[in-house]
Order: sequence, then C-alpha cells, then structure tokens
Amino acid sequence: MRKVIHKCFFVWNFDKEEKWLCEMAAKGFVLVGVGFCRYEFEKCDPGEYDVRLQLLNNRPNHPESQHYISFVEETGAEHVGSYCKWVYFRKKTSEGAFELFSDFESRIKQLNRIILMIIFLVAANLYIGMYNLFLLFFYNSELNSFGFVNLALGLIGSFGIWKLLKKRKKLKNDNQIFE
Amino acid sequence: MANMALTEAVYYILLSLTKPLHGYGIIQNAEKLSGGRVKLAAGTLYGAINSLIEKGWIEALPEDKSSRKKEYVITQAGREILSKEIERLRELLHNGEAILGG
Repeated sequence: MRKVIHKCFFVWNFDKEEKWLCEMAAKGFVLVGVGFCRYEFEKCDPGEYDVRLQLLNNRPNHPESQHYISFVEETGAEHVGSYCKWVYFRKKTSEGAFELFSDFESRIKQLNRIILMIIFLVAANLYIGMYNLFLLFFYNSELNSFGFVNLALGLIGSFGIWKLLKKRKKLKNDNQIFE
Repeated sequence: MANMALTEAVYYILLSLTKPLHGYGIIQNAEKLSGGRVKLAAGTLYGAINSLIEKGWIEALPEDKSSRKKEYVITQAGREILSKEIERLRELLHNGEAILGG
C-alpha cells in the first residue's frame, strides 16, 4: 500500500527533511518516490530503513551523477529517487550505520553547494524584484506589482543563506579541533 | 604542502589501496584495519578518491567488462606520501609517549 504526503521544506532545512524521512521510516513508512513537495511511501517494518539525501553537482541523469549514484549503491544503499539536483537514498539498518558524509570537510563542501545555489536564486529574485518595483514607482506600470513577490522571495532566501552560514561556521569551528 | 598531515580518511584509503580494491572494498578494509572505528561514508570516500586521482596518488584500473565496479590502486607517488606520513605519525607517537610516559 502506498501513501503520498505533500509537505514542503525550505532548501536550507534539508537536515530537517532528512530527519522527518527517517522518522517516517521508524514509524514503518519508507520513502519510495519524491517530487515537488511530494513524498511517496511504502509500508516497511518500523526502523527497517535509514534515509539520506544530498544535493549533487549535476542533474541526476548526468554521467557524473550516474557514476556517483552507482558508487553509493555499491555500498548497500538504494537510490530511491531524485528531484532537481537532490538525490534520496535509503539503506537497511541491518546493514550498518548509513551516512553519506563521514568528515567535516565533505559536510562543509555539501553546505557550500547548497549556499551557492540559493545565492544564485536570491540574486535573481532581488534583481527582478527591484527592477519591477522601479518600473512600478517610476512608470506606474501596474503589471509589475509582482516585484513584491520576487523581493519577498529574495528576502526569505537571504534568511536561508544566513541560517546555512551559521551551520557552516559551527562545522568549521569543530574542524579546527577535530577531523 | 610537504609537511601537511593527511586526513584519517585519506590515510586509510591509501593504506587500503596497496592492493587493488573497489569503493566498498576500501570502506570494509578501513573498518577492519581500525577495529570498527573508522566508517568511511560513501559521499566522503567518493570525493576523496577523485581528489587522490587528481593528485596522482592513486589510479583507477582499466574497467573489467564483467563487473561495473571500478577498482583503484596506489601509485608510487602515493606510496611515498604514505611513508612520509608514517614517519610523521611516529614522531607524534614518540613525543607523546616520551612526555606522558606511554
């Protein structure tokens, strides 16, 4: 029996998303498919699986991503699905602990990838937003009142960048003492 | 860069690749060598393998058509790095034991 849940996470809450997917697995629902704010689950034994997700450098069908996905699968994990550049894996808890990253450096790199992606989106939204508001105020063009939406998105995204930078700072501090 | 310490992950990867292994083999070998302490995660290992190939410390073996798994092995340059690291670790251990009385 499949169960679909619609739920949205901000990109910078990817760790909360992962935690929620693990909690679902602990309750007996393991992820089998992903889409835009859409998660598909199948019944499993409670605690049978662990779920992990990450942002790739390229689209999932890119040869480099394909190579990476099969590399992870060789270690006993299953590729559940992908959405945009995000990939989702699951692994049976009976096969041992499941992590995609085992040191600070690779976790910091992963954060950098996410930060870079959001910076690009924020910059685009702030630019479009301000340009449209400029048109709205100086040329009274009513069509461009969407500028507020872009501006709001840009500001929300900036908040996300700030949260991720805080996370990265903590990892970097730890990395100065431990490996 | 000559006196830089290797990360634990890189140290165990190089040590494991003194005989050819594929990715999962490296993870298992590092775990075995360290008595279960070092658990290399797939994403971290993948990144490290690519960096080590770029540096020329390890190389990918020509792919075997019967299996899709790629095998890797240490190069001469990698062996030299490894012996230097062992020397450095010996110094750390020696000083620690001499001062704290190991």
